[in-house]
Amino acid sequence: MSHQPLRQAIDPLDPLHLDGLLSEEELLVRDTVRRFVGDRVLPDVGEWFDQGTFPREMAQAFGDLGLLGMHLEGYGCAGTSATAYGLACLELEAGDSGARSFVSVQGSLAMFPIWAFGSEEQKQEWLPRMAAGTAIGCFGLTEPDSGSDPSSMRTTARQLPNGDWVLNGTKMWITNGSIADVAVVWAVTDPEGPDNGAVRGFVVPTDTPGFSAPVIHKKVSLRASITSELVLQEVHLPAGAVLPNVTGMRGPLSCLNEARFGILFGACGAARACYESALSYSLERVQFGKPIASFQLTQKKLTEMAIAVHTGTLLSMHLGRMKDAGTLATPQVSIGKLNNVAMALRVAREARAILGANGITLEYPVVRHMVNLESVYTYEGTNEIHTLIVGNALTGIPAFG
Amino acid sequence: MPSTVVAGSFCYRRVTVGKLSYMNVVVCVKQIPDPADPGALDPTTKTLKRDGKLILDESDSYGVEMALQLVGDSGEVTLVSMAPNGEVSGLRTALAMGAAKAVLVSDDALKGSDSLTTAKVLAKAIGRAGDYDLVLAATESSDGYTGTVPEQIAEVLGLPSVTFAKSITVDGSSIKVDRQTEAGYDEVTCPLPAVVSVTAGVVEPRYPSFKGIMAAKSKPVDQVGIADLGLDAGAVGWAGAGQEIVEVVAAEAREAGEVIEDDGEAYNRIVTFLSDLKVI
Ligand SMILES: Cc1cc2nc3c(=O)[nH]c(=O)nc-3n(C[C@H](O)[C@H](O)[C@H](O)COP(=O)(O)OP(=O)(O)OC[C@H]3O[C@@H](n4cnc5c(N)ncnc54)[C@H](O)[C@@H]3O)c2cc1C
Repeated sequence: MSHQPLRQAIDPLDPLHLDGLLSEEELLVRDTVRRFVGDRVLPDVGEWFDQGTFPREMAQAFGDLGLLGMHLEGYGCAGTSATAYGLACLELEAGDSGARSFVSVQGSLAMFPIWAFGSEEQKQEWLPRMAAGTAIGCFGLTEPDSGSDPSSMRTTARQLPNGDWVLNGTKMWITNGSIADVAVVWAVTDPEGPDNGAVRGFVVPTDTPGFSAPVIHKKVSLRASITSELVLQEVHLPAGAVLPNVTGMRGPLSCLNEARFGILFGACGAARACYESALSYSLERVQFGKPIASFQLTQKKLTEMAIAVHTGTLLSMHLGRMKDAGTLATPQVSIGKLNNVAMALRVAREARAILGANGITLEYPVVRHMVNLESVYTYEGTNEIHTLIVGNALTGIPAFG
Repeated sequence: MPSTVVAGSFCYRRVTVGKLSYMNVVVCVKQIPDPADPGALDPTTKTLKRDGKLILDESDSYGVEMALQLVGDSGEVTLVSMAPNGEVSGLRTALAMGAAKAVLVSDDALKGSDSLTTAKVLAKAIGRAGDYDLVLAATESSDGYTGTVPEQIAEVLGLPSVTFAKSITVDGSSIKVDRQTEAGYDEVTCPLPAVVSVTAGVVEPRYPSFKGIMAAKSKPVDQVGIADLGLDAGAVGWAGAGQEIVEVVAAEAREAGEVIEDDGEAYNRIVTFLSDLKVI
């Protein structure tokens, strides 16, 4: 045991010295994304949010960096560790949840199923372009009447005698839907058919006749991200459009696990941005003749935020190490998403309070993060659904239905 | 016609490398304490403490970028660095940007080296980098600011030296350099090989791509000590320094500015102030 006297100082921006847990390569990925976000996202994201848009050109900038499908191997992907992917999500979401959502959807929800379950032709056709950001993907699972219980979906895939497929149905809340070149769409097959009504995944070029993707307007959250409906009316696809190597709900759920893993890191990024904004604001804003950081109530808020953000990040890194070691379990991803997104919302709320009236404008990042996190709380499994997953894992009793 | 200057006044030799279809560029890069972390001076040596993590000096990222642009797909960029404790993290950044390999000189005996010694050591290290056509360096480092090392390297290697480059184009066995001056720029033509210092901010350094970061792990870093370079411990470091830091004093605090209350006529005071400074 070391009897060295303890050091006194900590870094307010890394109070638990988590940088010490990262490899040189992970630090380089982290620092590169942080710089990119500072250069390319933060200067404009308030404007994108205000306008309710996300510029398509960003896809290529993400691609050039290697962010898209970064944790996949081959087909133009960088093949980094899962932890490095998580750190990239964290830095992106410190910019905006919309930017992180773009990367999550492209890499984990659209590229991952093609990479994991696709045919060689599907991989060759789509993955290199998607990694480069010249083709954008989306993931269609949720429907107007099927959210937390996706197995209740109504979108159908009918197979014709020649092997071709015909898709019909409506998908809802689909990130990147209107700007996508390709949609990975999940649909139920004919109960009488060879798959006995099981869910199958389809790779659908968005210029296929019968496919349309109207934008969903009037969102108050995640405005720097395009959210759409997918309407499939007699969309005729060749036999080779089905993802050949997965049948049933395991397909979409394994994609969601990949994306949720990025989100549990990402939420820490949004929370960190709020904490840092509140910290610097509180040191500069003077009331009653002193910086507001000198009041005990403010210090309590800052202390709780710093602890929440950095213990959440520590949890993320631990889960990242487990994913890289191949030992991560699904309920552990739920624990991470549940804990960190709820944490981030609390931190954002406190930070907003510290900024006073400035806390409600887009001149500061805090309220943007605060409202964005409401989407993050709901998508990729709501807080309640993850609670039930963990509850099921703890008790052995499923309480979903 | 803009004035064309041939790098004179420096000792140089002509080397014919023919039409350069394949080009090797050596870039001298310094790894420095992160400027974002408040640095500290060692009171006994009066030099910057360098025992923590070092990063790639931003001034050098411009040289790395320029070198990568010059070689394109047909050539190689080699990094040369002198740093304590076998530090490689700054080199990894530049390798991740696309440099092919690095030579790192790290030796306890180098502590206290002045800029001329640094130039001699780097010149030797450049000799290990293989055949090269061009050596680039930053005009000055962000932590030392002596701004003399590139010219000294040129002298030691007996190569022409061009300073303050804002752009470089290769033309057969020579280069054309736009050399920044206070009034504009000179167009300088110079035979290769040569040593050119690159002004900060003249190119946009690329982000290291993730593929580059993954590849950087396995790129060779040739780590050597002074003995490997055929240098003697007595000729480098504190022992060999021809220069001594006698005293370090705090910079004078800036005088408080003048606050002008605007009574509707304040603009006149500003105009007077600026014309007194002769800026308008
Ligand atoms: C901005 C945004 C982007 C999105 N992007 C995509 C996308 O790209 N692709 C995609 O497929 N989907 C996407 N979604 C959809 C998202 O995944 C769903 O909204 C989510 O799964 C919840 O479904 P729902 O909205 O229908 O809510 P519901 O399932 O109707 O839930 C409503 C409420 O009931 C609760 N609830 C439901 N079941 C239970 C239960 N058994 N016990 C306790 N409480 C329960 C929920 O937790 C929630 O609080 C996106 C959503 C948003 C907001």
